[in-house]
Amino acid sequence: MKHFRTPKLSLYALAFYALIMALSLTGLINGYIQHIINQSLIYVILAVSLNLINGITGQFSLGHMGFAAVGAYVSGAITTLVFKVSPEAGFAGYAVFVGGIVAGGLAAALVGVLIGFPSLRLKGDYLAIVTLGFGEIIKTVLNNIPAVGGPRGLLGIPKFSNFSFIFAAAFLTLVVIRNLVESSHGRALVSIRENELAAELAGVDTTRYKVLAFAVGAFFAGIAGGLFGHLLQIAHPTQYGFMGSVLVLIMVYTGGVGSLTGSVIAAFALTFMSEGLRIVIDSLAEATSLPIGGEWRMVIYALLLVFIMLFRTEGLMGTKEARFLVIGDPAKEGTR
Amino acid sequence: MGSIVNTQQIINGLQVGSIYALIALGYTMVYGIVRLINFAHGDFFMLGAYAAYAAFYLFNTWFAKGSGILAFIVLLASMAAGGGVALLSNRFAYKPLRYKPKLSSLITAIGVSMFLEYFFSALPAIGPSFRAFPTVLPKRQIPIGQATISNYVVIDLAVAAILMIGLTLLVKKSSLGKAMRAVSQDKDAARLMGIDVEKVIGWTFLIGGAFAGAAGLLSGMTYPRIFPYMGIQPGLKAFIAAVLGGIGNIPGAVLGAYIMGLAETFASAYNSLLGEGIAFAILIVVLLVRPRGILGEKIADKI
Amino acid sequence: MSAILSIQGMSHYFGGLKAVSGFSFDVPEGAIYGLIGPNGSGKTTTFNLITGIYRPTEGKILLGGQDITGWKPYKIVHKGIARTFQNLRIFGNMTALDNIRVARHYNVRSGLLSSVLRTPSFLREEAEVREEAMGLLAVMKLDGRALERAKNLPYGELRRLEIARALATKPKVLLLDEPAAGMNPKEVADLMDLIRRVRDEFKVTVFLIEHHMKVVMGICERVKVIDFGETIAEGLPEDVGKDPKVLEAYLGKRGA
Ligand SMILES: Nc1ncnc2c1ncn2[C@@H]1O[C@H](COP(=O)(O)OP(=O)(O)OP(=O)(O)O)[C@@H](O)[C@H]1O
Ligand SMILES: [Mg+2]
Repeated sequence: MKHFRTPKLSLYALAFYALIMALSLTGLINGYIQHIINQSLIYVILAVSLNLINGITGQFSLGHMGFAAVGAYVSGAITTLVFKVSPEAGFAGYAVFVGGIVAGGLAAALVGVLIGFPSLRLKGDYLAIVTLGFGEIIKTVLNNIPAVGGPRGLLGIPKFSNFSFIFAAAFLTLVVIRNLVESSHGRALVSIRENELAAELAGVDTTRYKVLAFAVGAFFAGIAGGLFGHLLQIAHPTQYGFMGSVLVLIMVYTGGVGSLTGSVIAAFALTFMSEGLRIVIDSLAEATSLPIGGEWRMVIYALLLVFIMLFRTEGLMGTKEARFLVIGDPAKEGTR
Repeated sequence: MGSIVNTQQIINGLQVGSIYALIALGYTMVYGIVRLINFAHGDFFMLGAYAAYAAFYLFNTWFAKGSGILAFIVLLASMAAGGGVALLSNRFAYKPLRYKPKLSSLITAIGVSMFLEYFFSALPAIGPSFRAFPTVLPKRQIPIGQATISNYVVIDLAVAAILMIGLTLLVKKSSLGKAMRAVSQDKDAARLMGIDVEKVIGWTFLIGGAFAGAAGLLSGMTYPRIFPYMGIQPGLKAFIAAVLGGIGNIPGAVLGAYIMGLAETFASAYNSLLGEGIAFAILIVVLLVRPRGILGEKIADKI
Repeated sequence: MSAILSIQGMSHYFGGLKAVSGFSFDVPEGAIYGLIGPNGSGKTTTFNLITGIYRPTEGKILLGGQDITGWKPYKIVHKGIARTFQNLRIFGNMTALDNIRVARHYNVRSGLLSSVLRTPSFLREEAEVREEAMGLLAVMKLDGRALERAKNLPYGELRRLEIARALATKPKVLLLDEPAAGMNPKEVADLMDLIRRVRDEFKVTVFLIEHHMKVVMGICERVKVIDFGETIAEGLPEDVGKDPKVLEAYLGKRGA
């Protein structure tokens, strides 16, 4: 079975995990860096899952953070309000946490199916606006549910998320989506992006597959939201608004639409860049005692997005994948 | 009176509708010509408001406060700012992508929008916080029956009406208008007929941006508070209004905008959650039930 | 010969334009059936109606005696009608092999879960599908191109790739929309051979649209001539070729 080489992904992932754990245990990376790595991994989940919708299937969602919000609130409500558990509760606490995260993912998937339906009739820019609208509606609804804090947000979420959990979730997301893409179902998704009518007339039930892409993408976004909530210990409506979605979008398009590798790299690069910029801007403001605000960070993001579109529309990686992410034909790198 | 639908609300609805209409026109014109949802359009509205603010304080030492001439200068400033930045964004961000996939322009537009919003809130001179908008013209109340009507209502409706009539004349009668219609039908054919397509596109952005700028001034006067993100919500709603009326269709945008203004006013009076969500609910219903909008023509893609 | 595809009183309007007007005809099983007519006469629209892209304003479409009017396109494909397009519609960023494998997709048994887990049965099926797709590529002399991105293939090969993709859905009826468009005489001759071979080897009925009179007269066993959405003649190629109405409406104008 020469065509199906053993995936190297697990090996690389294991090495990465061991490295970070070692560095962290020996104190070579401090809690702050660890926190940024954790955030980066959550963004990996978000970017890879958005890539499934926008890049692989060729739909266009501008409301990805709306799904994350569902995950954050549902899982947060389960751990914080229903079971009132904390990490001190030991195994039972963690069981509730994992259950809550999965429930959050499923709830997000359900919302994803609902949002997937308009995508059956809409394309491109129209779809973008509708998904944006759904994202805003989710935000508005959350703002108006006092039980989860309304505009104050859901506070006091126990801090269950740690590097191991987040890493495992990111790894599973990558494996699941990669395996999905490299299957008959995945080819059906890609064919929709390439030419929807031809896909339908090659026998692909395009309706079903578009909804599937939204459901799976939303599921993982919901997982990411849940992890975020239990990392930052708060779920706030504005955290999951339009700008948040645009941030994930920037990651997908900087990395390369259709390239999971690109999404992973961009999620790390941009999360670290964001923190780096924060430090640079703060110290500049201090050194010059000028009112240099954090908004400059977003200005740089905006310019990055525009420049990528103008000068490297295909993103860093184009549709290429790193070798260790490809299982199919050896000659197939770069042919997704 | 006690009922949800009363005269005061109709007036408020028409007033918001006028502002939406001016913004929606730009969306619809640009979409009609280059098939781009210009996400940054709402920010031209914001720029118009800030330019008006600046012009007011710049010129109020020279002209009497509350005088018509000062108000007119302020209006020109808001239109120049909105139109000028629209023209620049077209030239530097959208034009290079004209023949690339449509989505790259859309994403670029998101970038431009984000840039304008954050750049202006990052500038120390402007900053992210609210500013009180000056009283450009003295405010008066005119009683009509049981309701009162502010002279600002008259101003908002009148400015919108004058600009819209001007636009209609321009599109119907002038050679630029004819060229616009030709380009929106078929760019290649228009080019073969000797029309400078890029120039027409530039004018479209300029006019659309100027209208959004004027709307920014009206909004600043009516709801006297401005901030760098003020364009986001009205921008989205005006866009939805354009879709409701039939995107690409000029009378449709106006119709959609007034429907939107009224619907929103009534909905908020009924329930605040409904008020916030009604616009998107309208959008989703329109797109599912009649994607071409009320006055839009059916576009068939040939297979 | 029984009719595999039967069109009964089918009409279609685009707004006020009657693009297809009361078509009734049978495509005999195993035949090579031709549809000819000048530009804009309604040929592609006929295909779009049969494949479910448009729903006919009036009339019925029967496949093997079953009414498929109003079905979704992919369902019609599953039932046994496949097509190619006048203007190529390939999956440009996918490999030639994957273009074929997409079309084989609906016969795949592996569900989502076994695909994600890459179970042995999934891997077995993947290998099977791949083998089959490679076989189809070989028939179309494209096996050397299997792992190349489709958008990098030359035009002639793309036309064959589209035919291969259509065949991968295992159709009973294969609709070809101007398969010889843009080909030189040598390529046209090869194509005619290929179409015959496909019909015999894959046991499909071929229903094709053509402008090239040579192709139509050369390989079609029955033809239908239309103009402005109206049927002008239907029958054996040699009879139709002599019909004065046909000569006037089609051949006359075109001087072919
Ligand atoms: N989606 C559509 N909307 C409106 N009119 C259409 C549509 N598709 C086709 N038509 C019109 O229907 C008529 C028939 O078109 P059709 O494409 O079927 O012609 P054809 O015979 O395939 O021509 P050609 O030889 O150019 O391919 C033409 O007048 C065409 O303009
Ligand atoms: Mg045709």
